[in-house]
Parts: sequence; structure tokens; C-alpha cells
Amino acid sequence: MSKVLMKGNEAVGAAAIKAGCKYFFGYPITPQNEIPEYMSKKLPEVGGEFVQAESEVAAINMVYGAAGCGARVMTSSSSPGMALKQEGISYLAGAELPAVIVNMMRGGPGLGGIQPAQSDYFMSVKGGGNGDYFMPVYAPASIQETVDIIQEAFDVADQYRTPVMVIADGMIGQMMEPVEFKDVPHRKLEAKTWATDGTKEKRKPNVINSLFLEAQDLEDHILKLEEKYNLMEANECRWEEYKLEGAEIVIAAYGTTARIVKNAIDILEKDGIKVGLIRPITLWPFPKKAFDHIDSTTTTVLTVEMSRGQMIEDVRLALNGKLPTAFFGRTGGVIPTPDGVVEAVKKLVGGAK
Amino acid sequence: MAVVFKGTKGLTDAKSHYCPGCTHGIVHRLVGEVLEELGVLGETIGVAPVGCSVLAYKYFNCDVHQAAHGRAPAVATGIRRVHPDKVVFTYQGDGDLASIGAAEIVHAAARGEKFTTVFINNAIYGMTGGQMAPTTLVGQKATTAPLGRDPKKVGMPMRVSEMLATLDGAKFVERCTVHNPAGVRKTKIALKKAFEMQIRGEGFGIVEILSTCPTNWGMTPVDSLKWLEENMIPYYPLGNIRTPEGGDK
Repeated sequence: MSKVLMKGNEAVGAAAIKAGCKYFFGYPITPQNEIPEYMSKKLPEVGGEFVQAESEVAAINMVYGAAGCGARVMTSSSSPGMALKQEGISYLAGAELPAVIVNMMRGGPGLGGIQPAQSDYFMSVKGGGNGDYFMPVYAPASIQETVDIIQEAFDVADQYRTPVMVIADGMIGQMMEPVEFKDVPHRKLEAKTWATDGTKEKRKPNVINSLFLEAQDLEDHILKLEEKYNLMEANECRWEEYKLEGAEIVIAAYGTTARIVKNAIDILEKDGIKVGLIRPITLWPFPKKAFDHIDSTTTTVLTVEMSRGQMIEDVRLALNGKLPTAFFGRTGGVIPTPDGVVEAVKKLVGGAK
Repeated sequence: MAVVFKGTKGLTDAKSHYCPGCTHGIVHRLVGEVLEELGVLGETIGVAPVGCSVLAYKYFNCDVHQAAHGRAPAVATGIRRVHPDKVVFTYQGDGDLASIGAAEIVHAAARGEKFTTVFINNAIYGMTGGQMAPTTLVGQKATTAPLGRDPKKVGMPMRVSEMLATLDGAKFVERCTVHNPAGVRKTKIALKKAFEMQIRGEGFGIVEILSTCPTNWGMTPVDSLKWLEENMIPYYPLGNIRTPEGGDK
């Protein structure tokens, strides 16, 4: 199949529909508006339904309704809107409902700004809603990768009966890149016998629920969820390694920031400074194993983010004291430049060689 | 021997947790009977709220989603869009529907979502222990209004049915009571009409049912029925507020 030039947000919608998503519930917020706009136009063409909800809170609860019926369903938003969705995400996790949730991140806190940011790492990865839960969080770095991941995300959601989040930033949402809608390999999935489609008076009622009033029942339920999380940690970690061999400094960065870092690495290479990159593609489960691949030549791991330092906490946990860490970041919608990253690395290695 | 009364297939055999004298049990039975009589029990998906009826998913003998507080109409919207041919209902109390879920019920009604809402108005938060609700009457004592509801500070009680009836999408709106046998019979007729209208695909329907909460009102069940009649009905007038054109009231 040939490549098409597409805006990131529209590509998200197209990839979801290719993955069999029939329902979308959303609320307007910049910089992700092209996703609901695209879905409002395209879903009716494939026999699906689009509803512009009265709020993000309502949208995620509509997702809860549709997902409980066994349908493939998606919602999207941007940072302040994602904060509102956390209630519903916690319920999806508790009731074990599959759904795909996209966050085109913008700067915060509060109303913040509308420029690209990565300051929702904590909210996405550390459980933004109440309770003991995790969910897979993907962080694509290009529109092609976004398209591939969105399609796989629906399978991952169904396989584990879990909400799956895809977080990118306004850059991915707004820029255009050539993409190819490849047929991604599909996972073997079980029939959704738990879904609500009416008993036909032939089976016991199916109940979609996250309430367990007996403490022991709730603990048992959480331990059952934990078994799934352990499986995901074993099987779903994904990352990219770039020029780790012989590197003096290794940079950890995800999403579009990792692309900027790659440019910086190539500039530094010309200056004789060897720098590698670990790019987590899954932020949860966090690819701890990647940090075992760091060469003995490496002295420091520098985390670069569009925030004041959130993923760095997981980098430190992955390193578990094996190497010193450092941080460079821009925030509030300011995008780090390759030169800025180059300068941060040069400071670490004691100036140009 | 002729059978003059039997339990409905619409309810499970689970033992209910409702307090003695609470009218939730009556309304559960009516909803179950209506679904059974319409022959749609196997095609029905209910949505349980947060509040006293949070455990309704154990009692209704059909598929059920337990929803977040106030979000039942949004959950029902998601269900309805996936299953346009099924029967969908929400069962909500006054704290759930009129307070935290005010936006969700208003917009579901405005969109004319084709489901039925069973709205229990007992003028108080039951499950959490008797706090003031949007429907608590003027002067009525609650644990968060120890001197009684003061309209100067918190406004007048909300008449939800009248408010929703201003929306074109809300095709069937009726307020009933279950404090006496005649009220129970009328409530069942209203519920049946609302579900029939949904099945015909005509739009959103809500039946508000004045109910008692002896435990949190601090009264005996019998006194509660009397209190409802003397205090709630004058402020919350009974009757059909809106019915689809051509439909009988």
C-alpha cells in the first residue's frame, strides 16, 4: 500500500477505524480537535457512531458504556481534558473494560497552554485516577508509529481487558508526515462473553462493575489485576536503542523529544562525543531491561523531557543506582532544540573535546 | 389453586439490602414486572447508579452496568449507541441524578437518547447517611442542614421533571408516588408507557417516583408514607408533565 500525507490527529482516527473502532465519544479541546472532527465524518460511513459529549467526564463514561457492550471504542483529549477523564479511566481499569484513550499533550498545570508538552507523564503512567491500577501507555515518536500503535492498542486492550493509553504531544497531532496503513499482525483474541448484549433469558446476567464492598473481595480483585500487570510487564515492554555501543552518555527520551535528541546525537558525534539513546515506546510497562544494555563506557544517563522531569524517576528506578543521572528539559510548550541538548551533554562531559 | 400473586422474573432471588420501609423494593418490582410483561427482559441492559441503589445490579435479572456517581445517563448513551435495538434504562436517586449527574441527565435528555430513566426522589442522600440533596424540602433537616434547608443559603429544592420537560428530546416525563396502592398502580402504568415509548424509538423518557427514606428521615415507615403525602406531593405535584404527541396521558 502506498504512503499518504496525513496530519497526525487525522491519522489517529484513520488508524482507529482500520482497527475496527466503531464508536468515538469526545469533547473539543486543542490540540486534538481534528480527531473528533475526523471521527464525526468517518464513523457513520462505516456504520459506527460519534457523539460529541457534554464534557470529558461524560465522554469517558460513554466509553465505559460502549466498552461494556464489547464494542471497540476510543476517546481522545488533551491534558486538562485528560485530567477530567481520570475518574472514568479508573472505572474502566476496575471493571476490566478495553478501550483506547489518546492524549495529545499540552502544557500545564491548570489551563496551561496549547503548545506541545510531555508534562502528563505522571498522570498517565502513575495512575491518574483513584485506586490500585496500571494500564499500558504508549508514546509514539512519529505519525507512522502512531498509526501502527493505535491499531495494536485495540488488540492489547482486548487481550488484557484493559484501557490502553496513547500519549503524544501537540507536534504529533498537528504535523503532517507520510504514513502507510500497513496490515498490522493481529493477536489471537477471546470472544467477549462478558459483554452486555442482553441475556436472551438464556444465560445469567452479565454485570460490568468495579464495586467490591467486602475488603477481601476487593483485595482478591486487585491481585487478579496485578497478575495481568505482571504479564504485561513480561510481554509488552517496547523500546528503541540507538548508538548505545561505546557511548559516553546515554540519553533517555520518548516521543518527539527523542527525535530532537537523535539530531543532537548526530551533531555530538561529529564533535567526537559518543552519545546513545534509549527511547521507551511503552512508558508503562517501563522498559527497565533496556537499561541493562547500556555499555560499560557510559558514565551518565541524561533524561530529556518536555517537562521539569517526570520520566527521570522511572529511569532512576531502572538504573537502581548503577549510574549517575542528569536531567535536561524544557516545559510549558517550549520545545527543546538539538543545540540545547548538545549543550546539556557538553556540560556533562566537561566541554567540547 | 389459582395463583393470585407471584414474584417477577425481572428480579433475581438475591436478598435486598434496603432498609425496612424503604420504597426502593416496590419500584424494583415494578420495573421488573414491566420488563417481564413487555417480554424484553432478555434484551434489556440496565445501569445502576451510586447511592442506595448502587447494588441494583444484583437485583435486576438482566445485564447491568454499574456506573460512576451521576454518570449513568452517559453510560446508557454509550450502551444505546452500540445496541440501538435493545432496551436500556438507568435507575438513579436524587443525589446521583439531580446533583453530581445534573449535566449528564440534562444532555442525555437534550439529545433525546432513547432510554428510560427511573428517578427515585426521596429528598435526601440515603447511602451516605442523610445529607441534604438538591430535592430536600425547605425546613427539612439533614445531617448537612442540621437546622433544616434554608433557601436563603442553598436555594429552593429542584423540580427535576419540570426542568427536563422543557427539553424537546425528553418525550415522556411523569411524576408518580409509591406511598399508597393507587400510586403504585399509576407508577407501574407510567413506567410501562415510558418503556413502550423507548421501544417505539420516540426519545428519552423519565419517571420520577416520590419515595421514602425512613432511616434517614428518622421516622417509622408508616409515618414516612404520611410525611411524603403531606410534604412532598404539595411541592412535587404528581402527574404527567409531557407525553409524545398523540400518546394518551
